[in-house]
Amino acid sequence: MKKPEKKFFSNGLGQLAIPIIAICVLVIFNLIRDPSFFGIELLHNNDGNVVLSGNLISIINGASELAILAMGMTLVTAACGGQDISVGAAAAIAGSVFVKVLKSGQSIGAGTVILAFVLAIVVAILFASFNGTLVAVFKIQPMIATLILYTCGRSIAYWINGGATPTVESGIINAIGAFIPGIPLPTPVIIVVIMAVLFKLMFHFTSLELFTQSVGINGSAARLNGINSTFIKILSFMILGVCVAVAGCIGVSRLGLINHETLLIDIEMDAILAVAIGGNSLGGGKFKLSGSIMGAYVIQMLTITLYSMKVPSTNVKAYKAIVIILLVVIGSPVVKKWFEKTISRFKNRKPEVAAKGAGES
Amino acid sequence: MKKTNTVNAVKREPLTDTMLLMTITICIFFVMYILAMVLFGGGFLHAQQIFNMLNDNASLIIVSCGLTIVMIGGGIDISVGAVTSLVVMSCVLYLNNGGNIFVSILLALGIGLAFGLVQGALISYLEIQPFIVTLAGLFFARGFTTILSINPKKVAQPAFVNLMEFRFEMDFLGYTANNGTRIPATMEIGVIVALVCVALVFVLLGFTKLGRNFYAIGGNQTSALMLGINVKATRFVSYILSGLLSGISGFVFMMHTGAGNATNAAGMEMNAIASSIIGGTLLTGGVGNVIGTFFGSLTLTTIKKIVVTSGLKDPWWQSITTGGMLCFFILLQSIVLGRRAKKKKTN
Repeated sequence: MKKPEKKFFSNGLGQLAIPIIAICVLVIFNLIRDPSFFGIELLHNNDGNVVLSGNLISIINGASELAILAMGMTLVTAACGGQDISVGAAAAIAGSVFVKVLKSGQSIGAGTVILAFVLAIVVAILFASFNGTLVAVFKIQPMIATLILYTCGRSIAYWINGGATPTVESGIINAIGAFIPGIPLPTPVIIVVIMAVLFKLMFHFTSLELFTQSVGINGSAARLNGINSTFIKILSFMILGVCVAVAGCIGVSRLGLINHETLLIDIEMDAILAVAIGGNSLGGGKFKLSGSIMGAYVIQMLTITLYSMKVPSTNVKAYKAIVIILLVVIGSPVVKKWFEKTISRFKNRKPEVAAKGAGES
Repeated sequence: MKKTNTVNAVKREPLTDTMLLMTITICIFFVMYILAMVLFGGGFLHAQQIFNMLNDNASLIIVSCGLTIVMIGGGIDISVGAVTSLVVMSCVLYLNNGGNIFVSILLALGIGLAFGLVQGALISYLEIQPFIVTLAGLFFARGFTTILSINPKKVAQPAFVNLMEFRFEMDFLGYTANNGTRIPATMEIGVIVALVCVALVFVLLGFTKLGRNFYAIGGNQTSALMLGINVKATRFVSYILSGLLSGISGFVFMMHTGAGNATNAAGMEMNAIASSIIGGTLLTGGVGNVIGTFFGSLTLTTIKKIVVTSGLKDPWWQSITTGGMLCFFILLQSIVLGRRAKKKKTN
């Protein structure tokens, strides 16, 4: 009776328990509060496209950047046992490069957008490998190493822009940030799906997942087994760099302008939170990408729920904090142990009762 | 044979990691300041410059002290800036509603203590990751500040304004202006509070059992447990102290600005972490000194002052040079500690 119980927890479903419970609780809460929260309708937007609209759509749309960053952050967390707090600043830099290239030409065609996107990715990878080198070669804790870019990243973005907040007007940029004509789903959602599939393919065709986990669990043991842990760590940062560039470009396309101060502000905290809500240990080692993605949607769902309850956007943080604390308390090792103990005590009692009943009859 | 070996080792390496990193920081600070005096002269030649730096950074220094304690214990507390902001806002509102100054000090301490208690209990007794707990603390404090008031509020109470505008005037450190009037050096009350906090934390960390326990749990938790140290309780106390110091910092911040604002002390937690790191505290725990932290925060401001006076007027240069400086210190520490570890191995 006990063995399948244990398997259930070690399979990883136990890890996904927190985000699943959180989503269920939020869904039930919204169903009781206002069932129309889940309404989805087809609308014609200003450009004459048929688009989906509703709270659910704004949840999966709004969480796109966060979900993409959470995927990369999970890898870095797993490999290095620490978090990158410079993703927001690095996204601002990538966004600035994106806009800078777009503005350099006369007209914005598909070629310019692709060139700008590629350059943004290259710059983001360069900054990420700077972080990665500090972490992997100089053995500095990730949080401290990325504090450098966190401090000066947004200023570098400002510098790239030359002290302005330029706007970009183009049909293609609008299509990336909002809707492609003819497709009712927001484009950022499609990009998230593409990124998730890319990650899945990468894990399927390479041993990166296994290598990352072994480096995170015990770096020197991994090295003795022939895994180049320095390279794996830098690689995880570079992959995060790609995610950062994609998120930055989406953020820029959404607004059609680059503002170094407000682009993806405070997203590093949310991304780390998404990783933690997904049940991943912030100390590195085993990880589950799906958990982090779900964590991102939990955070956005919570935010949208609060908005629909007419909570002012500045006050949302306070309520968010309470829910976060409740979630992590439920997921904390001490409470989990206590839970398992009570469950096993309950299970042990049952046969006794059955035996008693049998004896009496 | 063994005995002589240890004696030799002690003689060869008289400095511990803590002291070495701290000495480097203090030396760099003085070298930088003297260079600034030689190259730029002007404001750097007056004692008032140092007092200005202290006046502006009293609350940062207090917060950094708390953070140093937590970091020595192997934890992290990123809620400190937000708690400072919450304390300022609640004290301002309380004073404007006719509150008493002494009660407002208690209020500040109470808010800080409450945050320390809750966060400490969650981290040490429920074993939740400190980053997440204090991040939630940051969100809660920032959100609650805007719930209290989204608009900036100024303190109007005359008794408090008198206290706020009180300055210690030191004539002997002043200078004579161009028109012949003597301008004394001035210092705010907050600076005294900050210096007292630094001294108290220094004594606590260096000369009390509790202080040494912080180093022990940060250095190696398992060994600390085997030595009979109550690891959970010690960690709990470190967060309580950090919370209390954020409360004090909030009151000092209010005495400096005299107004509550939702964006008060924005980014202070990262500045405090940077000060501690420059001062030689390691995030891994077990290494650090509050005197180093004090000089770390002074170094941070000196860099900013130098950038401004050297004519780099564009707004981005301050943060970029701060980042570069941080990079330099972090790399320096990594290299110094790496070399020492290698030396120990070869010995």
